Amino acid sequence: MRRFIAASIFFLGLLTLWQAGAESGRWSPVLFPSPWSVGAYLWDALLDGTLLEAIWVTLKRLLVGYTVGAMIGLPLGLLASSSQTLEDTLGALALGLQTLPSVCWVPLALLWFGQTEGAMLFVVVMGTVWSVIIATDHGARTIPPIYARAARTMGSRGLHLWTMVMLPASLPFLVSGMKQGWAFAWRSLMAAEIFVTILTGFGLGQLLHYGRELNAMDQVIGAMAVIVLIGLLADRVLFSPWERFMHRRWGTNIG
Amino acid sequence: MSRKDPQGPSKGVSSTVLPANKLVVDGVSKWFRTPRTTVHALDNISIEVSAGEVICIVGPSGCGKSTLLDIIAGLTKPDTGRVLADGELVIEPGRQRLMVFQEPSLFPWLDVFGNVMFGLNLCPELTRAERVETAHRFIALIGLENFEHAHVHELSGGMKQRVALARALAPDPQVLLMDEPFGALDAMTREHLYDDVQRIWHDSGKTIVFVTHNMREAACLGDRVLLMSSSPGRIVQAFDIPLSRPRSIYDAELVGYAARIADALRGRTGGGVPE
Ligand SMILES: Nc1ncnc2c1ncn2[C@@H]1O[C@H](COP(=O)(O)OP(=O)(O)O)[C@@H](O)[C@H]1O
Ligand SMILES: [Mg+2]
Repeated sequence: MRRFIAASIFFLGLLTLWQAGAESGRWSPVLFPSPWSVGAYLWDALLDGTLLEAIWVTLKRLLVGYTVGAMIGLPLGLLASSSQTLEDTLGALALGLQTLPSVCWVPLALLWFGQTEGAMLFVVVMGTVWSVIIATDHGARTIPPIYARAARTMGSRGLHLWTMVMLPASLPFLVSGMKQGWAFAWRSLMAAEIFVTILTGFGLGQLLHYGRELNAMDQVIGAMAVIVLIGLLADRVLFSPWERFMHRRWGTNIG
Repeated sequence: MSRKDPQGPSKGVSSTVLPANKLVVDGVSKWFRTPRTTVHALDNISIEVSAGEVICIVGPSGCGKSTLLDIIAGLTKPDTGRVLADGELVIEPGRQRLMVFQEPSLFPWLDVFGNVMFGLNLCPELTRAERVETAHRFIALIGLENFEHAHVHELSGGMKQRVALARALAPDPQVLLMDEPFGALDAMTREHLYDDVQRIWHDSGKTIVFVTHNMREAACLGDRVLLMSSSPGRIVQAFDIPLSRPRSIYDAELVGYAARIADALRGRTGGGVPE
């Protein structure tokens, strides 16, 4: 409760400051809209459906891209962890490409795929897959071998060993790998939506982009706020339950 | 739980080895090759353990005790020699030989009950109800009935080793392999566990190979104590401990045996007694 009050005071203070700045008249309201006008914009956009539509389009792209990226990244990460040669080749490649900011994939995607959904998907997958590979690879290497040894003496083999021991033993790093992949997917998608201005779907990034084109600062800030909110919410809904589970079981804050 | 007849049933090929020998280690050697050196871990080890016997293996740290147990369990392959259990060649781990490991080996994603159930779930001859009943019984046996649903990290070191013991005992293995199970515990907890362990062993009549680097622990628990020397790991001497059970670690005669083992080790290494 104390923490909640402290947080409320802090954020209300920020809003007040913002409001005071806008009211001071020092900056043009076109470039520095008040929180009220941003709120009004969001409310209107919510009512006329553009906001929900944009959120829906964005989430759809995010989920598809993330799922594809994770489904490629997880097995490749496990593969990389399984042999030194694969680690030196695949692992090194992933490490190198992971340092590339995902927005750098956009020119390549545009040349290959043009202004299409495919280009967008490509950027998100490229942004996700390398970090998932690295996190999975690293995690799989750190599973204590004792678990598999103990299970094997008790007669666990093959599929049973993988599903009942290796999978749960790897839960901490799987979750941290998936979480990292999520963060990267989200960032890549925003980069892609701002640069790939196709008309097959109007996402949050495009809302941001056209806000700039139209000099509609309330739209720009409103879209940014929504993007932050979705990022936070996804973390809460998708990963917090797993992290709480692991905290209870393992007794430490891993992942 | 029905005790298996110690004479058999030996599934498969009949062998020249006497069936009374539950466990035979026959000329086992092992080398570990690393890029820099080769460690000669075990040199021509031969042991015969009869059914229901408790063998303690003592030796300084690094003499190959864990490696030997791994080979008996079937987790590691020997470079030469072989291991026979009930006259049958050991080529892979099997639930007739369960192990209590030196390092913590409980599964953190399962609670106490789940850990004890793990091995039971791999016993196709038991029904679900029998498994649950057996798990409850073994958790009660180690005195943790109030901790059935505790998570692993909520247990003390001694409690964890008790659960590991229950997990290994519950599927009713014929041979129990214990690798310094109490090495990381304080003396008070350890002494308490000696009493528990002797009681449980007496009731179950299992064949046990118990590894330790503690002479008194060995004299307290073993029918026979084998002393190992290091580099390469060899069995250098055997001691029979014909004391009645249950034994107290403070028993004067027992301390005498422990001292004799320690003297023998000192004679070999020329140094102090590792403890
Ligand atoms: N996987 C391994 N790779 C290389 N050397 C090993 C390995 N396992 C054990 N050794 C070496 O073999 C020797 C015996 O080890 P171990 O059986 O663990 O001894 P103990 O259990 O008696 O302390 C040690 O010198 C150790 O360094
Ligand atoms: Mg050891």
